[in-house]
Amino acid sequence: MTLKSFLQALLACLILSFAAPSFAQSDPKPLIDALAKADFNEAEKLLGQIAATGDARVVPALNAFAEGDLYFRKSDNLVFIAKAAGSGFELIDPLTGAAAGQAAKNAVTKIKVNNNLRRVIRSAMGGLTLLSPDRAVRLQAAEAVLRSPSPENLDLVEAALAKETDGEVKARMEEARAVSVLSSDRSIDEKRSAIETIKNLGGRNSLGILNSVSGSIEVGLKGDLDAAIASIESEQQLWDMAQNVWYGLSLGSVLLLAAIGLAITFGVMGIINMAHGEMVMLGAYSTFVVQEVIRDNAPNLFDWSLAIALPVAFLVTGAVGLVIERGVIRFLYGRPLETLLATWGVSLILQQTIRSIFGPTNQEVGNPSWMSGSFPVGGMTITWNRMWIILFSMSIFVALLVVLKKSAFGLNMRAVTQNRRMASSMGIKTPWVDAFTFALGSGIAGIAGVALSQIDNVSPNLGQSYIIDSFMVVVFGGVGNLWGTLVGALSLGVLNKFLEPSVGAVLGKILVLVLIILFIQKRPRGLFALKGRAVEA
Amino acid sequence: MTFKAKFAGALLATVMSTTALSGAFAADDTIKIGVLHSLSGTMAISETTLKDVMLMLVEEQNKKGGVLGKKLEAVVVDPASDWPLFAEKARQLISQDKVAAVFGCWTSSSRKSVLPVFEELNSILFYPVQYEGEESSRNIFYTGAAPNQQAIPAVDYLAESEGVQRWVLAGTDYVYPQTTNKILKAYLMSKGVAESDIMVNYTPFGHSDWQTIVSDIKKFGSAGKKTAVVSTINGDANVPFYKELGNQGIKAEDIPVVAFSVGEEELAGLDTKPLVGHLAAWNYFQSVDAEVNADFIKEWKAFTKNDKRVTNDPMEAAYIGFNAWVKAVEAAGTTDTDKVLDSIIGVSVPNLSGGTSTVMPNHHITKPVLIGEIQADGQFEIVQETPAVVGDEWSDYLPDSKNLISDWRKPMSCGNFNVASGKCGGKGS
Repeated sequence: MTLKSFLQALLACLILSFAAPSFAQSDPKPLIDALAKADFNEAEKLLGQIAATGDARVVPALNAFAEGDLYFRKSDNLVFIAKAAGSGFELIDPLTGAAAGQAAKNAVTKIKVNNNLRRVIRSAMGGLTLLSPDRAVRLQAAEAVLRSPSPENLDLVEAALAKETDGEVKARMEEARAVSVLSSDRSIDEKRSAIETIKNLGGRNSLGILNSVSGSIEVGLKGDLDAAIASIESEQQLWDMAQNVWYGLSLGSVLLLAAIGLAITFGVMGIINMAHGEMVMLGAYSTFVVQEVIRDNAPNLFDWSLAIALPVAFLVTGAVGLVIERGVIRFLYGRPLETLLATWGVSLILQQTIRSIFGPTNQEVGNPSWMSGSFPVGGMTITWNRMWIILFSMSIFVALLVVLKKSAFGLNMRAVTQNRRMASSMGIKTPWVDAFTFALGSGIAGIAGVALSQIDNVSPNLGQSYIIDSFMVVVFGGVGNLWGTLVGALSLGVLNKFLEPSVGAVLGKILVLVLIILFIQKRPRGLFALKGRAVEA
Repeated sequence: MTFKAKFAGALLATVMSTTALSGAFAADDTIKIGVLHSLSGTMAISETTLKDVMLMLVEEQNKKGGVLGKKLEAVVVDPASDWPLFAEKARQLISQDKVAAVFGCWTSSSRKSVLPVFEELNSILFYPVQYEGEESSRNIFYTGAAPNQQAIPAVDYLAESEGVQRWVLAGTDYVYPQTTNKILKAYLMSKGVAESDIMVNYTPFGHSDWQTIVSDIKKFGSAGKKTAVVSTINGDANVPFYKELGNQGIKAEDIPVVAFSVGEEELAGLDTKPLVGHLAAWNYFQSVDAEVNADFIKEWKAFTKNDKRVTNDPMEAAYIGFNAWVKAVEAAGTTDTDKVLDSIIGVSVPNLSGGTSTVMPNHHITKPVLIGEIQADGQFEIVQETPAVVGDEWSDYLPDSKNLISDWRKPMSCGNFNVASGKCGGKGS
């Protein structure tokens, strides 16, 4: 009985081993065409069979399937790669890549794909493209295998490894081999060296891979595995600290951006400007409008859209600021309460105006390609948009400092704030200096809006979420001191990000607020208090 | 014989009701309905759309001849995203404008604020948004999803088709996410998920810096088990959340996110290419392949004169609520609150996913649950559709409410009947 079943199994193995090579040369076309009528489970099985053919010609079809570009023709159930062309589709043969005519929109049906299938496709593609002549494709294939380890890919990886000559690709393939070995039934020694390789690789992904096998690993390897996990975890902890500091700086730079315009209108001029947030919002909408114009007229300039939006936003918000100062605020100097109420009213008017023009819904502001994605630094991930925003806010800060300290306008401005009457007697037109100072503060807020449109919603409410934080930063840093605003913003950002992992975002925010209140009790003039006559004036 | 009798009865009823009506409403020839949605403030982004839908539905109904031979007239007020103002405006609609029914509210806070007004003045509110359940009022109809019509089927889908074993429950810090997460946690634990495999995280309204939380999710997901995020993050905070996910390279294939508050409208402000494969659970998607839906979309685009406008789930809920009310009023032959409350139970109207929705005695409705994956064009691809599910007002997974049921038919007429003690009353209203 047992012998019989053993023989049967042996026979089956023999047939399979004969069948496999002939299968490998078999045409994958019927398998691909079968996808037309398959549900998700059947499609998964079919994908396994398609991958097993080892035929690299299926790669474009698989790619299209993952992207949702694989369609079948209703008339004959044949599968094609379809590209939208006019009102219909351009059909492409899935294997040969040859054009196969046009089809109307309702003549073809899309073959549905879900996350699970995309995962299967990624793993299969990894296996199939390991031997590609293109170095970049091989590297990508090794990455794919590394991210979705499966014992089926092991032979393919080893075959590719034997032929590989490029150093970097080879190293990546070694790692891909290691993760595949770990989930296979190879010998203990091989697995031990695989654990070592993964341990040296480090990072969160490796941790996940090691953790996932910890339940099924051989008893003899348990010690090695736990040691490797502990080693990666302790290394990761250090990186987490670094990551927190980075996140803190990033949050701080956003606070700085939001507050720096206010540091002029409130800090230098002493106007309680509740419409400051709306200036940021106007800046963000200027970006939106600029992008829309570029999309319609010159799509290839899109990566430059932010650079173009910067001066536009500065001019638009600066002009609005000028109008507000000339129209409302100049009648209210020295009456802080009325100023507060009047600017609050202005902020509501601006919000509702934008709502009436653009509608209440969010507007889509695109990220240029150089602001998307991330790059790894050791064990942490740095996203491009955050990095650019840190650099951007620092350069605005420096530029503003130069204007205030080195330019004639800055000199006038400082003269007026320090001693208005003296400045006036020296021939400085103080009302116009006031107006342009306010316009400068508003313009800077508008520029900040360009940057914030990249990380936040562009809606009429955008400004409201920043107004409280902006005042907090300026008061905490010390009214009238730009350096105080910088240090205040960055330290609040870092403090927030160190509290967040342990107490959560909600409580973290409350704690920061409580700390600021206590701090202001002790030092009512903030971190960097102005000294001298200006304080008493 | 029976047919004749029925026919005669129906004829008699019609004649009687028309005479009764012409007596009661002799003075004016329109029926007023109230539209109570914020047109300014933070919620305007979501609620303005529903106001427009109501205006469109009223216009369509009037083209068909109105209701009971009279034109409908929509009275639009703006409660400005201010919860106490909702109650004030509701009172004004009912007492001053004498509206027959009100369609409105979005947040649970606004609904809780108007609830006592509707009960005191005995009027009807149709509430079109998915909510946390744990409520059933005689005067409110909940046409959005209860947790068992959205959250639980979504979790089931992830567990079955993606093999998820570890769960991050991320939400905004207020009543809907808190209650939903409580229900989900109890449900997952009843399915044998260990407490250490569940991470609950709350963020303030409008949270925009997601770096720490996304990296926490990554960390939580590196424990070797398949991980998913169940998001009850509200409104605006979603855009920066998804941007951060995309930028940090978390793909749906690695850690899928299923959201209960993200629909076509929210995705309209977002580049969805990095988000392909993340999920949402609703009772309706614009991509539903049904004739009635195609008509609705066409009508909507024509009404708003904007070819880019999208449709979403709360719009469907408003559509169902409005049509159910029209049908109930026509069946009752009057807009009198008590009569409509009686006649609306059991009313079936077509929904936009090609089936019908029925108003149940617990004032919730039946509808199918759809799970969709985000596509590169900002639409959803439906990957699963359940048969129609009855909205369950009192969750079976919370110890406080598992014994409660609601049935507003006579003789029970109770919103929180305790089946264990056999008495009406207990938790809730």
